[in-house]
Amino acid sequence: MPFETAFLATVLPELILLATACAVLVLDLYLNDEQRGWNHNLAILGLAATLGTVGLLSNNGVTIAFSGSFIRDPFGDLLKGIILILTIFTFVYSRDYMRERGLWVGEYHVLVLFATLGMLIMVSAHSFLTLYLGLELLALCLYPLVAFDRDSKPGAEAAMKYFVLGALGSGMLLYGISMLYGATGSFGFADVAEVVNAEGLENKILVFGLVFVLIGVAFKFGAVPFHMWLPDVYQGAPMPVVLFLASAPKIAAFAMATRILIDSLGALQADWGEILMILAILSIGLGNVVAIAQTNIKRMLAYSTISHVGFIFLGLLAGTQEGYAAAMFYTVVYALMAAGAFGVLAMISINGLEVEQLDDLKGLNDRDAWLAAMLALMMFSMAGVPPAVGFFAKLLVLDAVVSVGLTWLAVVAVVFSIIGAFYYLRVIKLLYFDKAADSTPLRLAGDAKIAITVNGLAVLLLGIFPASLLGICNAAFSG
Amino acid sequence: MIDFPWLTLTIWLPIFGGIGVLVSGDKTDRKSGPEFTKRLALGVAVATFLVSLPLWFGFDASQAGMQFVEHAPWVPSFDVYYFLGVDGISMPLIILTTFITIFVVVAGWDVISYRPSLYMAAFLIMEGVMVGVFSALDAILFYVFWEAMLIPMFIVIGIWGGPNRVYATIKFFLYTFFGSVFMLVALIYMYFQSGSFSILDYHALALGMKAQILIFIAFLLAFAVKVPMFPVHTWLPDAHVEAPTGGSVILAAIMLKIGGYGFLRFSLPITPDASAALDGLMIALSLIAIVYIGFVALVQKDMKKLIAYSSIAHMGFVTLGFFLVFSIFRQPEVSTGAVMGIEGGMVQMISHGFISGALFLCVGVLYDRLHSREIADYGGVINVMPWFGGFVVFFAMANAGLPGTSGFVGELMVILASFRADFWYAFLAATTLILAAAFTLWMVKRVIFGEVGNDRVAGLKDLNRRETFNLGMLAAAVLAIGLWPKPLIDVMEPTIENLVAQIQISKLPGNDPALANQPEVPLKP
Repeated sequence: MPFETAFLATVLPELILLATACAVLVLDLYLNDEQRGWNHNLAILGLAATLGTVGLLSNNGVTIAFSGSFIRDPFGDLLKGIILILTIFTFVYSRDYMRERGLWVGEYHVLVLFATLGMLIMVSAHSFLTLYLGLELLALCLYPLVAFDRDSKPGAEAAMKYFVLGALGSGMLLYGISMLYGATGSFGFADVAEVVNAEGLENKILVFGLVFVLIGVAFKFGAVPFHMWLPDVYQGAPMPVVLFLASAPKIAAFAMATRILIDSLGALQADWGEILMILAILSIGLGNVVAIAQTNIKRMLAYSTISHVGFIFLGLLAGTQEGYAAAMFYTVVYALMAAGAFGVLAMISINGLEVEQLDDLKGLNDRDAWLAAMLALMMFSMAGVPPAVGFFAKLLVLDAVVSVGLTWLAVVAVVFSIIGAFYYLRVIKLLYFDKAADSTPLRLAGDAKIAITVNGLAVLLLGIFPASLLGICNAAFSG
Repeated sequence: MIDFPWLTLTIWLPIFGGIGVLVSGDKTDRKSGPEFTKRLALGVAVATFLVSLPLWFGFDASQAGMQFVEHAPWVPSFDVYYFLGVDGISMPLIILTTFITIFVVVAGWDVISYRPSLYMAAFLIMEGVMVGVFSALDAILFYVFWEAMLIPMFIVIGIWGGPNRVYATIKFFLYTFFGSVFMLVALIYMYFQSGSFSILDYHALALGMKAQILIFIAFLLAFAVKVPMFPVHTWLPDAHVEAPTGGSVILAAIMLKIGGYGFLRFSLPITPDASAALDGLMIALSLIAIVYIGFVALVQKDMKKLIAYSSIAHMGFVTLGFFLVFSIFRQPEVSTGAVMGIEGGMVQMISHGFISGALFLCVGVLYDRLHSREIADYGGVINVMPWFGGFVVFFAMANAGLPGTSGFVGELMVILASFRADFWYAFLAATTLILAAAFTLWMVKRVIFGEVGNDRVAGLKDLNRRETFNLGMLAAAVLAIGLWPKPLIDVMEPTIENLVAQIQISKLPGNDPALANQPEVPLKP
């Protein structure tokens, strides 16, 4: 298929974001330290414009462009929208933190924007090549972001670890992709799906490729036993970077898993379902148990992430439309909760305080009751206590698992979520029941407060009225 | 009148009212701030009680089905509905909830100085959520309310509790959470068997024995923790001792009843065969609670702990009454007693709600003055607080089951029913009359009567206006049910007769002609 100008309209959101990133890059050269705010404003403006374009272009149909390597569909539109919103949240939450530490420079915005662009490309990938390009664009931006505070030793160590292990994960993925290419003769998801449907398990190379691709996916998600990088990176990176890392890329990783496993390897569901089951049980178990032992809040939330990844896998492995929709619901909800939780942590890490240990949260309720309430809401939501939306996410996943006859798996999952409830409660205990060493009220920027309010209300209202988001998730998989 | 959504109003008025109270805030720089907040909270509580009254007066006591039904889509793609309704079992419990909350608000009036708005809001929101638990007929809606109830109580105990509050509140939360998640899996499992989340559809669902046993155990974990039954009762004394007075009142008066309600709404009608098979276990656990916990209560040095253990023993009576029915069914020559056992359990729940609430308020009165709950720190209180002493003696008598008080009615009904079932059940159950008299009256003797214990006791002031109002209203309720229980029993009778008829029919596939054409439902591996 030759190049058509119409293709450009399909990728308009990505083009706008690319233009924004380049504009910030250039603009930053002409700004002095007083004027850095323009980077921030321009980045948010660009993200908002991209979001608007995604909204304008979205319809119920499917557009495939660039010789079948790029796809625009309702599924992708929703995930892109959420990614863009989360990126805007990231910028708003992180401004005061980065400015106070002298890290509020143009490179920060440029790297985050390029990473976001990588995610959008991943979400819209319709061939392994596009997917890999998006993934690497994301990963290569995240490595420097983790080490963004260049005087921080743990930061440098974390970035090194992340780089080495991330490269290993990408290598696995690439190896698997090359196997799949060998077996099918194509990179396109549609073409691979065709061959897989015809040959299935008969073709051993396909199975081989599947395993390696799956390892790559598990690496990017941070599922046990490919989770080793996650706690270290969370601990070493600056809080806003963790906030970014924990929220939007999970959505991109989910899109990657869906595109690969369902769109192209859907016929092998029985095989990857079993692998995912093992990964899911290990992740839920290890994540929840190890999180209890953590005293560092970032590490604790890292292990909590691992357990949530297990729940996302539970939804996927059910292999039904409801299961996929449940996993998507869970991913979106998890990203919202992570953004909110790390957002609060980034917001209170000001005036020289760096929130690292759990004890740093003591008595937050007396310092800023609203922020404490928001963080408590996120914790209840992560623990799966209604009426927060985390409950519905868990319910849908459990429902999907029981529907395919795996009731025992649901029981295992709930047993570990009881264990998990303890460490979330401990955070709430620190917020509300302990007294702060320094109880001066916090003074916070207005826009960050608005953002956290929107974020928190979303978690609460989606829990009370989950029908809308669930409807979109169902629609994404029914087409 | 029936068409008006009274249930929705009773649930959401206190929740939004609570949010309003929270927003009204307690600015310390504004002199009128806290006073306004408290008045607003009291207004919301009274208004909620008033809007719950139509449920009683508009209730058609002649029919057994659900009334005041509201049915609206909530998450239609997931078959979850906003489905509310009350019958003779849940309606009295809702009235109890809205009634007791008023006294909780009043009791916190002078005592709570740290953030009263948050305190009052927590109780109001809890009230709405508990009414939701009693009225939800959709399993997921029920579960949402059931779990959401934990959050305010967790916060109340954790913020305003005693020195060991953090341990107590986390234990409380985790115990309850542990019990309930298995119930969630059971509810989801039954959704795939029945194709609906409606609890009424669950009642008509045929289930194999193995499935019934597993579901029964899942429910048992949830409800036994809540009731609480021996041996999962250990959270209750901790929670009670550490909780502020209002928290203890709500816990004892209402939250425990939610466990008993669960048995009637879920365990008995959904898994009658499993309940029949395991009734020996349930009766044994109930009798252990009555006798053993009664002895444990006897040796307590802390007044709140004593009342907490007394609550466990009294709730043992409730579960005994509920599970007696199966041994009555097994004796063809006995025709009556099944309905009486369950009714007795229900009356006992309502009555215990008033009495235990009142007793905790009494302890609160003393604690607010001297900041001690130790029995040994008091003595001869009646000499300085004659009114208070009178109330304590009255409620203690009621707790011991004195005829003329509500405590007598429920216990008598359960003991009568247990005579029909087995003499030894009745014999053991009746020991509670002695034990309860012993531990309550002994406490009264040491705290209220005798010489004035020490100088601090000598300086005590008698009840103030608000405390007199609280205890007086509760005393009136205890007397009303004790002297004239007929209206209460009339309301429950058709529903409970219907329930008894329903659980007599086996739900094993093939046993019942109505269910015979349903396929065997094997439990999936």
